[in-house]
Amino acid sequence: MSGRKRTLEAISFEFVMTVIAIIALIIIIAPSLVVLIVSFTSGFSLRFPPPGYSLRWYAELWDAWQLHFAAKNSLIVALWATGLSVVLGVAAALAISRSRTLSARLLDSLFMSPLVLPALAFGLAALMLFSLVGLPVSPLTLVIGHTVVCVPYVIRNTVAALAQLEPTLLESSAVLGASRLYTFRRIVLPLIRPGIIAGAFIAFMSSFDNVPVSLFLRDAATDMLPIRMWQDLEGKLDVTIAALSSVLIIATVVLVAVMERVTGLSRRLTN
Amino acid sequence: MGAAPASRDVTSYGMGLAAPLALFFLVFFVAPLLQLLWLSLHNDTAALHWGLGQYLHFLTDPFSLSVLGSTLLLGAEVTAVCLVLGFPIAWLYQRVGPRLQTIIILIVLLPLLTSVVVRTFAWIVILGRQGIINATLQSLGIIDTPLKLLYTQFGVVIALAQVQMPLMTLPLITALGRIDPNLDDASCSLGAGSWRSFFKITLPLSLPGVIAGCTLTYAAAITAFITQSLIGGGQMLFMPMYLYQQASTLQNWPFASAISIIFLLAVLAVVSVFTTLGRMSRGYGGA
Repeated sequence: MSGRKRTLEAISFEFVMTVIAIIALIIIIAPSLVVLIVSFTSGFSLRFPPPGYSLRWYAELWDAWQLHFAAKNSLIVALWATGLSVVLGVAAALAISRSRTLSARLLDSLFMSPLVLPALAFGLAALMLFSLVGLPVSPLTLVIGHTVVCVPYVIRNTVAALAQLEPTLLESSAVLGASRLYTFRRIVLPLIRPGIIAGAFIAFMSSFDNVPVSLFLRDAATDMLPIRMWQDLEGKLDVTIAALSSVLIIATVVLVAVMERVTGLSRRLTN
Repeated sequence: MGAAPASRDVTSYGMGLAAPLALFFLVFFVAPLLQLLWLSLHNDTAALHWGLGQYLHFLTDPFSLSVLGSTLLLGAEVTAVCLVLGFPIAWLYQRVGPRLQTIIILIVLLPLLTSVVVRTFAWIVILGRQGIINATLQSLGIIDTPLKLLYTQFGVVIALAQVQMPLMTLPLITALGRIDPNLDDASCSLGAGSWRSFFKITLPLSLPGVIAGCTLTYAAAITAFITQSLIGGGQMLFMPMYLYQQASTLQNWPFASAISIIFLLAVLAVVSVFTTLGRMSRGYGGA
């Protein structure tokens, strides 16, 4: 009797946990699927399910030059911010990763702090500083601001990759007479490259998607894609945005799949 | 060149490599925040008169205080929803084979890397007057007129919970992966039952992950400007939008600076409370 009771109890536990987990996974994935379906509507509204299916909103998107312009700006800023983040971030990661000194730990906290501080407050602060020193907002100020909020991702992933590195490898290389630079180029860099790429990828995505910093640091001529989309959505619910959203979702899925192959992204983010 | 002395530590690089980024942060991160603090301590927009006027204004204004209160409450609600939904995902992840594990992790990861505007837009489609929920309920005859789901607290919480779910789930998966599965088996075979074993063994041992997840989710939820403003609409005001309105529309930079500092301190307070709890729980988990 007691054995049976325990089994029922175990089943009730597994049932509840599994059901909640499945509901949660559906809640996570459903919104993206809904957008994909709605983007093929033949109607004028975001009604679900759509009254019919067509590619008209994709044709509309093809001609939406304002969105193209904003996408191009976002892409350029994201590429520059990622490049700068990788150069500055990898160098900093090399310096702080194996050091146990107080200054290394303080620098680590400083470099990570943009992750928790409200980005909007930082955007406002940066705008005020730039206007104080007389530097007008421009794509340059955008790149600077984005680099501050994106560099933590590069550092975190590079430090994690360096921590996996076997110190004996570097010692053997040195014993065999290789210079530090040669060892770095031929041994360290190839081994930490996937970590750097993973960090650069996350930095790029977060720059491309950034609103709070861009909101303050862009000039009137530099329209950024997420801000353009946000303002379009505030005004009217345009189905063109659904088509654009679908394109972005598909692009993200493809990039994540590539990154999973190249860097084992999912393992990196759970270890 | 080749004769590196064996005594030198070849595994570490000089701190000098951190100098460029340290300088970059000093100029473009620390200096702006200090200037923000400096401006918030002035009573006028021209920044001529020192004083705590901006802070007094905020702390004696019922409207400002209610904005701060509702923002902090929103963060707590979103964090709670994420924990209740995210924990079973992490639990399921430990129970399935490697193929399903990869699928689960990719489902969890995908929203993290999808544009926030896109994810929020999806919720407008779902919660709108002609959205899925209203269409389903109407076709089933449960309701006659569409429910108001968009521009409500419920809508903001559920949308934010979905947007921030990966930040909760990933640390939980890591934490649960570190627990010895024999402990749960031992507890069950000693007659504790699955529910009791979960609350007495698994949950306490996963506390470091729970706390890490809560910190990230909370900080992200209260600063999630786009989701708050698109799903909340004009009637609901939270700290980020309040800050933006004061800075951008009203050009009241000293007051906007004071809002920023108060908001920063609120976030830091929450993070440090969680960090302290985390340190205590690690001691508990390691015992």
